[in-house]
Amino acid sequence: MDALTAFFDMGGYARFIWPAYGLVTLVALGLLVTSGRALRSRERELAQLQERNPGRRGRIYE
Amino acid sequence: MLGLSTPSGFVRFAKAVSPWLWVASALLIGGGLYFALLVSPADYQQGQTVRIMYIHVPSAWLGMMGYSVMALSSAAALIWKNPLADLVAKASAPVGACFTFLCLATGSLWGKPMWGTWWAWDARLTSMLILLFLYFGYIALQNAFDDPGRGARAAAILALAGFVNVPVIKFSVDWWKTLHQPASLMKMSGPALHPSMLTPLLLMVAGFTCFYVAVLMVRVRSEILAAKIRALRLSEIHSVQAAGVADGVAG
Repeated sequence: MDALTAFFDMGGYARFIWPAYGLVTLVALGLLVTSGRALRSRERELAQLQERNPGRRGRIYE
Repeated sequence: MLGLSTPSGFVRFAKAVSPWLWVASALLIGGGLYFALLVSPADYQQGQTVRIMYIHVPSAWLGMMGYSVMALSSAAALIWKNPLADLVAKASAPVGACFTFLCLATGSLWGKPMWGTWWAWDARLTSMLILLFLYFGYIALQNAFDDPGRGARAAAILALAGFVNVPVIKFSVDWWKTLHQPASLMKMSGPALHPSMLTPLLLMVAGFTCFYVAVLMVRVRSEILAAKIRALRLSEIHSVQAAGVADGVAG
Protein backbone atom coordinates (compact mmCIF):
# COMPACT_ATOMS: atom_id res chain seq x y z
CA MET A 1 0.00 0.00 0.00
CA ASP A 2 1.55 3.31 -0.97
CA ALA A 3 1.66 6.31 1.33
CA LEU A 4 -1.34 8.06 -0.19
CA THR A 5 -3.60 5.02 0.05
CA ALA A 6 -2.46 4.49 3.62
CA PHE A 7 -3.28 8.12 4.41
CA PHE A 8 -6.80 7.88 3.03
CA ASP A 9 -7.33 4.51 4.68
CA MET A 10 -6.61 6.03 8.12
CA GLY A 11 -5.72 2.68 9.65
CA GLY A 12 -9.07 1.24 8.61
CA TYR A 13 -11.06 4.06 10.23
CA ALA A 14 -11.57 6.05 7.01
CA ARG A 15 -15.35 5.63 7.15
CA PHE A 16 -15.47 7.40 10.51
CA ILE A 17 -12.73 10.00 10.17
CA TRP A 18 -13.46 11.41 6.71
CA PRO A 19 -17.22 11.84 7.22
CA ALA A 20 -16.40 13.72 10.45
CA TYR A 21 -14.06 16.11 8.63
CA GLY A 22 -16.44 16.36 5.67
CA LEU A 23 -19.41 17.23 7.87
CA VAL A 24 -17.52 19.97 9.71
CA THR A 25 -16.33 21.45 6.40
CA LEU A 26 -19.83 21.32 4.95
CA VAL A 27 -21.56 22.94 7.93
CA ALA A 28 -18.86 25.63 8.35
CA LEU A 29 -19.03 26.54 4.65
CA GLY A 30 -22.81 26.53 4.83
CA LEU A 31 -22.72 29.00 7.73
CA LEU A 32 -20.27 31.17 5.84
CA VAL A 33 -22.30 31.25 2.61
CA THR A 34 -25.74 31.75 4.18
CA SER A 35 -24.49 34.47 6.57
CA GLY A 36 -22.73 36.33 3.73
CA ARG A 37 -25.73 36.05 1.42
CA ALA A 38 -28.15 37.34 4.05
CA LEU A 39 -25.89 40.36 4.64
CA ARG A 40 -25.67 41.17 0.91
CA SER A 41 -29.41 40.85 0.31
CA ARG A 42 -30.21 43.08 3.30
CA GLU A 43 -27.69 45.66 2.12
CA ARG A 44 -29.49 45.74 -1.24
CA GLU A 45 -32.94 45.92 0.38
CA LEU A 46 -31.91 48.79 2.66
CA ALA A 47 -30.36 50.70 -0.23
CA GLN A 48 -33.63 50.41 -2.20
CA LEU A 49 -35.70 51.54 0.79
CA GLN A 50 -33.44 54.53 1.40
CA GLU A 51 -33.68 55.49 -2.25
CA ARG A 52 -37.47 55.44 -1.96
CA ASN A 53 -37.44 57.42 1.31
CA PRO A 54 -34.78 60.09 0.95
CA GLY A 55 -33.84 61.65 4.27
CA ARG A 56 -34.77 58.57 6.30
CA ARG A 57 -31.92 56.31 7.33
CA GLY A 58 -33.79 53.77 9.42
CA ARG A 59 -32.81 54.40 13.01
CA ILE A 60 -33.02 51.35 15.21
CA TYR A 61 -33.56 53.20 18.48
CA GLU A 62 -37.31 53.20 18.67
CA MET B 1 -15.21 51.29 24.77
CA LEU B 2 -14.40 52.20 21.13
CA GLY B 3 -18.07 53.10 20.75
CA LEU B 4 -18.62 49.38 20.32
CA SER B 5 -21.93 49.35 22.15
CA THR B 6 -23.65 51.35 19.43
CA PRO B 7 -24.63 49.74 16.11
CA SER B 8 -22.66 52.20 13.96
CA GLY B 9 -19.57 51.85 16.13
CA PHE B 10 -19.84 48.10 15.95
CA VAL B 11 -20.13 48.10 12.15
CA ARG B 12 -17.02 50.29 11.84
CA PHE B 13 -15.09 48.00 14.18
CA ALA B 14 -16.32 44.82 12.48
CA LYS B 15 -15.37 46.09 9.02
CA ALA B 16 -11.86 46.91 10.23
CA VAL B 17 -11.27 43.66 12.12
CA SER B 18 -13.09 41.05 9.96
CA PRO B 19 -10.49 40.73 7.16
CA TRP B 20 -7.79 39.96 9.73
CA LEU B 21 -10.00 37.41 11.44
CA TRP B 22 -10.68 35.59 8.16
CA VAL B 23 -6.96 35.48 7.36
CA ALA B 24 -6.07 34.33 10.89
CA SER B 25 -8.80 31.71 10.79
CA ALA B 26 -7.64 30.32 7.42
CA LEU B 27 -3.97 30.22 8.48
CA LEU B 28 -4.67 28.66 11.88
CA ILE B 29 -7.06 26.03 10.52
CA GLY B 30 -4.75 25.31 7.57
CA GLY B 31 -1.80 24.82 9.91
CA GLY B 32 -3.98 22.90 12.33
CA LEU B 33 -5.14 20.50 9.59
CA TYR B 34 -1.55 19.95 8.48
CA PHE B 35 -0.53 18.93 11.99
CA ALA B 36 -3.80 17.09 12.74
CA LEU B 37 -3.82 14.91 9.63
CA LEU B 38 -0.18 14.59 8.63
CA VAL B 39 2.23 15.32 11.47
CA SER B 40 0.57 14.18 14.69
CA PRO B 41 0.88 10.50 15.58
CA ALA B 42 -1.88 7.94 15.98
CA ASP B 43 -2.94 7.36 19.58
CA TYR B 44 -1.71 4.17 21.24
CA GLN B 45 -5.25 3.29 22.31
CA GLN B 46 -7.49 5.05 19.79
CA GLY B 47 -5.34 4.59 16.71
CA GLN B 48 -6.11 7.02 13.87
CA THR B 49 -9.54 7.91 15.27
CA VAL B 50 -7.82 10.35 17.64
CA ARG B 51 -7.73 12.71 14.64
CA ILE B 52 -11.47 13.28 15.09
CA MET B 53 -10.59 15.01 18.38
CA TYR B 54 -9.00 17.91 16.48
CA ILE B 55 -12.41 18.93 15.10
CA HIS B 56 -14.58 17.53 17.90
CA VAL B 57 -13.05 19.54 20.76
CA PRO B 58 -13.04 22.91 18.91
CA SER B 59 -16.70 22.29 17.95
CA ALA B 60 -17.59 21.60 21.57
CA TRP B 61 -15.71 24.73 22.62
CA LEU B 62 -17.63 26.87 20.12
CA GLY B 63 -20.94 25.28 21.08
CA MET B 64 -20.36 26.41 24.65
CA MET B 65 -18.80 29.74 23.73
CA GLY B 66 -21.68 30.51 21.35
CA TYR B 67 -24.11 29.89 24.20
CA SER B 68 -22.08 31.96 26.67
CA VAL B 69 -21.98 34.90 24.25
CA MET B 70 -25.73 34.49 23.75
CA ALA B 71 -26.47 34.37 27.50
CA LEU B 72 -24.20 37.29 28.43
CA SER B 73 -25.57 39.43 25.59
CA SER B 74 -29.09 38.51 26.68
CA ALA B 75 -28.24 39.68 30.21
CA ALA B 76 -26.88 42.95 28.81
CA ALA B 77 -30.02 43.36 26.73
CA LEU B 78 -32.32 42.73 29.70
CA ILE B 79 -30.39 44.88 32.19
CA TRP B 80 -29.12 47.83 30.14
CA LYS B 81 -31.57 47.62 27.23
CA ASN B 82 -28.64 47.87 24.87
CA PRO B 83 -30.04 47.65 21.31
CA LEU B 84 -26.93 45.87 20.04
CA ALA B 85 -26.86 43.17 22.74
CA ASP B 86 -30.11 41.56 21.54
CA LEU B 87 -28.75 41.42 18.02
CA VAL B 88 -25.48 39.82 19.16
CA ALA B 89 -27.41 37.15 21.08
CA LYS B 90 -29.66 36.50 18.09
CA ALA B 91 -26.67 36.28 15.74
CA SER B 92 -24.77 33.88 17.97
CA ALA B 93 -27.55 31.31 18.37
CA PRO B 94 -27.51 29.58 14.95
CA VAL B 95 -23.70 29.52 14.85
CA GLY B 96 -23.46 27.97 18.31
CA ALA B 97 -26.21 25.49 17.44
CA CYS B 98 -24.34 24.39 14.31
CA PHE B 99 -21.14 23.72 16.25
CA THR B 100 -23.01 21.92 19.04
CA PHE B 101 -24.49 19.69 16.36
CA LEU B 102 -21.02 19.13 14.88
CA CYS B 103 -19.67 18.26 18.31
CA LEU B 104 -22.37 15.61 18.76
CA ALA B 105 -21.99 14.26 15.21
CA THR B 106 -18.19 14.01 15.26
CA GLY B 107 -18.36 12.52 18.76
CA SER B 108 -20.79 9.94 17.47
CA LEU B 109 -18.48 9.09 14.56
CA TRP B 110 -15.70 8.57 17.08
CA GLY B 111 -17.88 6.69 19.56
CA LYS B 112 -18.95 3.98 17.12
CA PRO B 113 -15.47 2.50 16.55
CA MET B 114 -14.11 3.32 20.05
CA TRP B 115 -17.03 2.77 22.42
CA GLY B 116 -18.90 0.45 20.11
CA THR B 117 -21.96 2.71 20.03
CA TRP B 118 -23.11 5.84 18.21
CA TRP B 119 -24.74 7.20 21.32
CA ALA B 120 -24.84 6.65 25.08
CA TRP B 121 -26.80 8.47 27.76
CA ASP B 122 -23.57 9.58 29.35
CA ALA B 123 -23.62 12.81 31.40
CA ARG B 124 -21.41 14.78 29.00
CA LEU B 125 -23.29 13.64 25.90
CA THR B 126 -26.68 14.26 27.48
CA SER B 127 -25.81 17.75 28.74
CA MET B 128 -24.46 18.60 25.27
CA LEU B 129 -27.71 17.40 23.71
CA ILE B 130 -29.61 19.62 26.17
CA LEU B 131 -27.46 22.53 24.98
CA LEU B 132 -28.58 21.86 21.41
CA PHE B 133 -32.24 21.80 22.53
CA LEU B 134 -31.73 25.07 24.44
CA TYR B 135 -30.46 26.63 21.22
CA PHE B 136 -33.52 25.32 19.35
CA GLY B 137 -35.82 26.64 22.10
CA TYR B 138 -34.13 30.03 22.00
CA ILE B 139 -34.47 30.34 18.22
CA ALA B 140 -38.07 29.11 18.23
CA LEU B 141 -39.11 31.42 21.07
CA GLN B 142 -37.56 34.41 19.35
CA ASN B 143 -39.68 33.83 16.27
CA ALA B 144 -42.85 32.96 18.19
CA PHE B 145 -44.01 36.56 18.66
CA ASP B 146 -45.23 39.06 16.07
CA ASP B 147 -43.40 41.80 17.94
CA PRO B 148 -39.65 41.08 17.63
CA GLY B 149 -38.99 43.00 20.86
CA ARG B 150 -41.20 40.65 22.89
CA GLY B 151 -39.69 37.60 21.21
CA ALA B 152 -36.19 38.83 22.02
CA ARG B 153 -37.13 39.40 25.65
CA ALA B 154 -38.68 35.97 26.15
CA ALA B 155 -35.76 34.29 24.40
CA ALA B 156 -33.25 36.26 26.48
CA ILE B 157 -34.83 34.94 29.68
CA LEU B 158 -34.61 31.37 28.34
CA ALA B 159 -30.96 31.92 27.37
CA LEU B 160 -30.15 33.10 30.90
CA ALA B 161 -32.02 30.26 32.61
CA GLY B 162 -30.31 27.73 30.36
CA PHE B 163 -26.88 29.17 31.08
CA VAL B 164 -26.72 26.91 34.14
CA ASN B 165 -26.18 24.05 31.69
CA VAL B 166 -22.78 25.38 30.54
CA PRO B 167 -20.88 24.67 33.77
CA VAL B 168 -22.81 21.40 34.04
CA ILE B 169 -21.32 20.39 30.66
CA LYS B 170 -17.85 21.45 31.74
CA PHE B 171 -17.89 19.55 35.03
CA SER B 172 -20.12 16.65 33.93
CA VAL B 173 -17.06 14.45 33.39
CA ASP B 174 -15.94 15.03 36.99
CA TRP B 175 -19.35 14.83 38.67
CA TRP B 176 -20.57 11.70 36.92
CA LYS B 177 -17.83 9.32 35.95
CA THR B 178 -19.74 7.53 33.23
CA LEU B 179 -18.26 7.11 29.76
CA HIS B 180 -16.81 10.32 28.38
CA GLN B 181 -13.13 10.88 29.23
CA PRO B 182 -12.31 13.73 31.64
CA ALA B 183 -10.73 17.03 30.59
CA SER B 184 -7.22 16.83 29.26
CA LEU B 185 -6.79 20.43 28.13
CA MET B 186 -8.26 22.76 30.76
CA LYS B 187 -6.78 21.26 33.88
CA MET B 188 -5.28 22.89 36.96
CA SER B 189 -2.11 20.85 36.46
CA GLY B 190 -1.77 21.92 32.83
CA PRO B 191 -2.71 20.05 29.65
CA ALA B 192 -2.27 16.29 29.82
CA LEU B 193 -1.53 16.01 26.11
CA HIS B 194 1.75 15.40 24.33
CA PRO B 195 2.92 18.48 22.36
CA SER B 196 2.52 16.52 19.11
CA MET B 197 -1.24 16.38 19.79
CA LEU B 198 -1.52 19.64 21.72
CA THR B 199 -0.18 21.69 18.78
CA PRO B 200 -2.88 20.74 16.24
CA LEU B 201 -5.59 20.94 18.89
CA LEU B 202 -4.65 24.46 20.01
CA LEU B 203 -4.26 25.64 16.40
CA MET B 204 -7.70 24.29 15.55
CA VAL B 205 -9.32 25.78 18.68
CA ALA B 206 -7.78 29.18 17.84
CA GLY B 207 -8.75 28.91 14.16
CA PHE B 208 -12.32 27.85 14.95
CA THR B 209 -12.63 30.73 17.43
CA CYS B 210 -11.51 33.30 14.82
CA PHE B 211 -13.99 31.76 12.38
CA TYR B 212 -16.80 32.03 14.95
CA VAL B 213 -16.05 35.68 15.74
CA ALA B 214 -15.81 36.56 12.04
CA VAL B 215 -19.11 34.83 11.20
CA LEU B 216 -20.70 36.43 14.26
CA MET B 217 -19.66 39.89 13.01
CA VAL B 218 -21.21 39.24 9.59
CA ARG B 219 -24.42 38.07 11.24
CA VAL B 220 -24.59 41.00 13.68
CA ARG B 221 -24.13 43.45 10.79
CA SER B 222 -26.91 41.58 9.01
CA GLU B 223 -29.19 41.86 12.07
CA ILE B 224 -28.46 45.60 12.33
CA LEU B 225 -29.53 46.01 8.69
CA ALA B 226 -32.66 43.94 9.30
CA ALA B 227 -33.60 46.22 12.21
CA LYS B 228 -33.05 49.30 10.06
CA ILE B 229 -35.15 47.82 7.28
CA ARG B 230 -37.93 47.08 9.78
CA ALA B 231 -37.78 50.66 11.11
CA LEU B 232 -37.91 52.12 7.61
CA ARG B 233 -40.84 49.93 6.57
CA LEU B 234 -42.74 50.95 9.71
CA SER B 235 -42.13 54.63 9.02
CA GLU B 236 -43.29 54.09 5.42
CA ILE B 237 -46.55 52.60 6.69
CA HIS B 238 -47.00 55.46 9.16
CA SER B 239 -46.46 58.10 6.48
CA VAL B 240 -48.90 56.35 4.14
CA GLN B 241 -51.50 56.23 6.94
CA ALA B 242 -50.85 59.87 7.81
CA ALA B 243 -51.31 60.83 4.16
CA GLY B 244 -54.52 58.78 4.08
CA VAL B 245 -55.87 60.61 7.14
CA ALA B 246 -54.92 63.94 5.62
CA ASP B 247 -56.73 63.02 2.40
CA GLY B 248 -59.78 61.98 4.42
CA VAL B 249 -59.86 65.33 6.23
CA ALA B 250 -59.40 67.24 3.01
CA GLY B 251 -62.09 65.22 1.22
